[in-house]
Amino acid sequence: MGDKDLLVFQIDYLALAPELIVVTTMIIVLALDLILPRPKKYWTATVAVAGTALALVPLAFLVLEDEVRSMFDGSYVVDEFALVLKGLFLVAAYIVFLMSHSYIESERYYQGEYYFLLLASLLGSLVMASSRDLIVLFIGIELVTGPLYMLSGWRKGDVKSNEASMKYFLLGILSTAILLYGMSFLYGLTGEITFAGLAEATAGMADEPALIMAVLLMIVGFAFKISAVPFHFWAPDTYEGAPTPITAYLSVNSKAAGFVAMLLVMYLALPGVAEVWAPALWLLAALSMTIANLTALRQTNIVRLLAYSSVAQAGFMLVPFAAAGVAGADLQEAFAATVIYLVIYAVMNLGAFAVVIAATRSGRSGELSAWSGLARVDPKLGVLVAVFFFSLAGIPPLAGWFAKFAMFRSVMIAGGAATVALAVIAAINAVIALYYYAKVVKSVWLDDPVAEFADDERPAGSLRLALGITVVLTVMIGFFPALATFAGEAARVIASG
Amino acid sequence: MEWFETWGLTLTVFLPLVGVVLLGLIPKENESALKTTGLVASIMTFAASLILIARFDFSSNTYNTYQFEVSETWIGAINANYHVGIDGISLPMLVLSTFVMVLAVIYSWNHWDEPKNPKAFLILMMILATGMNGTFVALDLVLFFLFFEIVLLPMYFMIGIWGDKTPRKIPGFAKEFETRLYAAIKFFLFTLFGSAFLLLGFLALYFESGKSQFGRTFDIPQLTELGASGAFSGTFAFLVFGAIFLGFAVKVPMFPFHTWLPDAHTAAPTVGSVLLAAILLKLGSYGFIRISLPILPEEAVSWAPFIAILAVIGIIYGSLACLAQSDMKRLIAFSSVGHMGFIMLGISTMTDIGINAAIIGMVAHGLITGLLFFIAGSMHHRYHTREMARLGGNIKLMPVMGGILAFTAMASLGLPGLAGFWGEFMSLVASFNPLPGLSLGVFRSAMVIGAIGTILTAGYMLWMLQKVNLGEPGDEWEGKEFHDVDRFELAAWVPLIVLIVVIGFFPKFIFSSTTDVVTSLVDMAFNSETTAAISSQIGG
Repeated sequence: MGDKDLLVFQIDYLALAPELIVVTTMIIVLALDLILPRPKKYWTATVAVAGTALALVPLAFLVLEDEVRSMFDGSYVVDEFALVLKGLFLVAAYIVFLMSHSYIESERYYQGEYYFLLLASLLGSLVMASSRDLIVLFIGIELVTGPLYMLSGWRKGDVKSNEASMKYFLLGILSTAILLYGMSFLYGLTGEITFAGLAEATAGMADEPALIMAVLLMIVGFAFKISAVPFHFWAPDTYEGAPTPITAYLSVNSKAAGFVAMLLVMYLALPGVAEVWAPALWLLAALSMTIANLTALRQTNIVRLLAYSSVAQAGFMLVPFAAAGVAGADLQEAFAATVIYLVIYAVMNLGAFAVVIAATRSGRSGELSAWSGLARVDPKLGVLVAVFFFSLAGIPPLAGWFAKFAMFRSVMIAGGAATVALAVIAAINAVIALYYYAKVVKSVWLDDPVAEFADDERPAGSLRLALGITVVLTVMIGFFPALATFAGEAARVIASG
Repeated sequence: MEWFETWGLTLTVFLPLVGVVLLGLIPKENESALKTTGLVASIMTFAASLILIARFDFSSNTYNTYQFEVSETWIGAINANYHVGIDGISLPMLVLSTFVMVLAVIYSWNHWDEPKNPKAFLILMMILATGMNGTFVALDLVLFFLFFEIVLLPMYFMIGIWGDKTPRKIPGFAKEFETRLYAAIKFFLFTLFGSAFLLLGFLALYFESGKSQFGRTFDIPQLTELGASGAFSGTFAFLVFGAIFLGFAVKVPMFPFHTWLPDAHTAAPTVGSVLLAAILLKLGSYGFIRISLPILPEEAVSWAPFIAILAVIGIIYGSLACLAQSDMKRLIAFSSVGHMGFIMLGISTMTDIGINAAIIGMVAHGLITGLLFFIAGSMHHRYHTREMARLGGNIKLMPVMGGILAFTAMASLGLPGLAGFWGEFMSLVASFNPLPGLSLGVFRSAMVIGAIGTILTAGYMLWMLQKVNLGEPGDEWEGKEFHDVDRFELAAWVPLIVLIVVIGFFPKFIFSSTTDVVTSLVDMAFNSETTAAISSQIGG
C-alpha cells in the first residue's frame, strides 16, 4: 500500500447512490413505524416501494454512463455486471414488496419491521454484486440471509412458520461457518483476499490438497445458500412455513445472491483451478436436477412443489459451471449462461409466487386439490398459472425456453463427454419437470371445480401490478430473448477479466 | 404490392396472432362476433397465402434459394435471426395449413364440444395456426424450434379441456382417469422428449458450423450449403442426426414412437384431431426434408435403411392395429401411422421420386385424414358413440354423410384417381430404385412389404365401411330422426372433396411446385461425389 493513506478513501457517491438510497429508506421506514398510529402503518410499505423504485434512478444513470467505477482498492466495483445484478435485485425486491403489501396488511402485525428487514436484505445483495474481495462478499451474503431468518418466522402463530425459521437459521449458520472456514483456508494459503489477487495466486495450484479442501468447503457453503442437493433439506420446510412473499424472496433474491457469490468466487477468484470445482459442481447439478425433479412429482402442495422446482432450477443453473471445467472451455460463455438463466428464472418464479398469493387470497389453501377448476372461476388467473408454470417448464414461446436454451448452449459449446452427458441428463430432467408443472396447469384448467370459493373479490392493486410486470416480461422475453441476453453480455465482459 | 415481397410471409404467420388479440378483447358472451373474427382472421391468412402462390416464381426453383425472403436480427448475442422464406417444398405445406384452418373454423361454427367456450377454443386455434405456418417458413433453426414448439401448448389445452371424457383405466394407477387428461399429458411429454434432443442437435450444428467460413450460425440456407460441401461428418454427424431424428420421429410419428398418436387423436375434440392429423404430423416429416436431409446428407444416407425399416414396420403395424379397433376414430388414428409410414418410406429412398411422393403424400393425407376426422366427429355428434358395432347402416339413415364417408375411405385406401394414390404408389416405385449405394435388398423388401401394406389398408378401410355404412341400422336408432349433413359441414367438406379429386387427376397441381426443387435438392445433397464415396464405403 505504501504511499497511500489507508484511512482515506475516495468515496464515489454516485456509484454508491443505490445503496445509500436503500439505507435511507430503511431508516425512514423504521422511524415512520415509530410515529405512525396503527391504522396508518401501511405508509411504511409505500415508502419501501417508493425507495426501491427511487434506487433504480441512479442505477439508470450509471448504466447510461457505461464506466467502471472502482473503490476501496478495487474491493468494491461498480461495473456493467454489478449494475445488471443490482437492477435484478432491485426489481425483484420491488415485485416482492408489491406482493407483500396486501399479504402483510391482512396479517396485521409488525409492518414496519417487515419492510425494514427486507430492505436490509436487499442492501446485502446490492453490496454483494459489487464485492470483489472475500470480506465484502461475506458481509454482503450474510446481510442477505440474516434478516431472512427472522422474516421466515414472521407468522408467529403458526408452528410451521416457527419451524421454518428455526430450520433455516440452524442450517444457515452452519453453512456460513463452513463457508467462512473455506475462505480462511484460501486466505491462509495465498495471503490474498481480493479476487484478482486470488486468481493470480491460485493459478496452477490445482494439486494442492489444502486448496482443494478450501474450494470444496466453500462449495458446500454456497450449496446451502442456493439449496442444491444434497444441501437442500431446509428449503421445502422453510418455503412452506414462511409467509409467501418471503418464500418468493428466498427463492429468487436470496438464491440469486448465492449464485452471484458463487459466480464471483469461482470465475473471478478461482478461474485457474476450474478443474477442481467443475467436477464437484457437475455432481451437484446432476443430483439437484434429478432428485429434486423426482421428489417434486410427488408433491401435493403448490409451495412445496415450487420449493423442489426451485432446487431443480438451481441444478439447471449449475450446469454451465460444470461446462467451465472442460479443458479450454470458454469461461465467458458458461458465466453468461448462468446469469441469463438467473434473470429469466427470477422473473418467472416471482410470477409463479404472485399467482400463489393471488389464488390463496380467498381462503383457498396451497394444496393442489384446492386449485381444481380455478380457471373456471377466474379465467384470467388461470391464464397466468399456465403462463408461469409452462415458462418454468421451458415451453416456448415463454421466457423459460431461452433460459434452458442458453444453458444447453453453454454445455454444447464446451463439448467433452462428461458435459454432453450432463446435457442429456438435463434434457431428460426437462421432460420430467414438465410433468409436475403441467400437473398444476391440469388441475387449474382441466379438472372440475371441487370446492366452493368465492373469488369475486379482485386481487389488491399492488398484487395485480406485480402479476402484470412479471407476465409481460415472461412473454416478451420469450419472443425477444435479446431482452435477457444483455445480462449475459455484461457478464461476459467481467468473466474475461 | 411490392411491400408484399417482404411482408407476405410475416403476414401469413402473424395474422392469426392479431386474431388472438382481437378475440381476447371481445367478451365471451358475444359468440357471433367471436366466430366472425376467427373466420375473418383465418380467411385473411389463407388469402395471404394465395397471394403468395400468385406471386411465386415457379420457374426459378433450385434448392436452397428462397422467395419472399426476410432476414432481420432477432437474438444478436447468438446470431439467431428472424429469417423466413419459402420454396417449392414449403409452399404446398403452408397453403395446406392456412386452407385447413379456414375449414376448421367453418366446421366449428356449430360444433362445439363440451364445455363449449368458443372464445378460448378459437384463441387456441389461432395460436396453433401461427405455430404451424411459422414452422413451414422458418429458415433459422432457433426460429424453427420456437414455432415447432408453439403448437404444443394450444394442442395440450384442446385435448385436455375439450377432449374425450370417458373414464379409462391406466396401467399402474389405481384410480381411473378421464381419457382426455391421459392423452393430453402423454402427447405433451412425448413431443417434449423429442424436442429436447432436437434442440441439442441444433446446438451441436451451430457450434460445428463455427469452423466454417460463416462462423457459428443457425441459418438453414448456410447450414445447407455447409452440409452439401460435406462439412458435417463422422461420429459427430451420426449423433447429431440421431438427436434430430428423435425429435422429428416422435412428431411424425414413426414406429416405435407412435404410441401417443392413437390416444391424442382419439381423445382430441374433432377440430383438434383434424388439425393434428392434417398439419401437426407434417411438421415432423417436413423437418426431415428441410433439415435432416440437406444439412446432414451423408448421415441421412447411412440412416436411410434404418428409417425405411421403421417406416414399413409402421405401415404394417398401423394397418394391423386398425383391424383390431372397435372405435371408428381410433381406427382412423391408427391409419395415420400407416400413411405416415409411406411418407417416411418415400423420404428414406433419398430420390427425387421418393421425396416428391412424400410431399404429395403429406398433402393428400392432410386432406383425406382431415376429412375422415371431420366425418367421425360429425357422426359421433349424432350417434353419441363411435363403436363401429353399433353404427351399422349409416348410409340408410344419413345418405349424404354415408356417401362422403365412402368416398373418403376410398381416397384413403389409395384408389387411383384420388389424391391418396400418388403418395403410396410413388414411394413404392421409389423404393424399387433408391439412391445408388443404398442396399437394394432392404429397399426392395420394403417395397414388397409396403405393397402388402396397401392391401391391408384397403382391407381395414373397406372393413370399416362395411361395419359403419352397410347393413341394417341397429334397433336402438329406430324411430330416431337424424339430421343429415348440415350446411356448415358441407361448406367445410366440399372444398376438401374437390381438392382430393383434383389432385387425384392432376397431381401436377402439387408437382409443378415441388418437382424441380426436389430434383435440385437431391442433386445438391447426394451428388455423384457423395454417392461414390458411400458406395465405395459399402463396397457396392
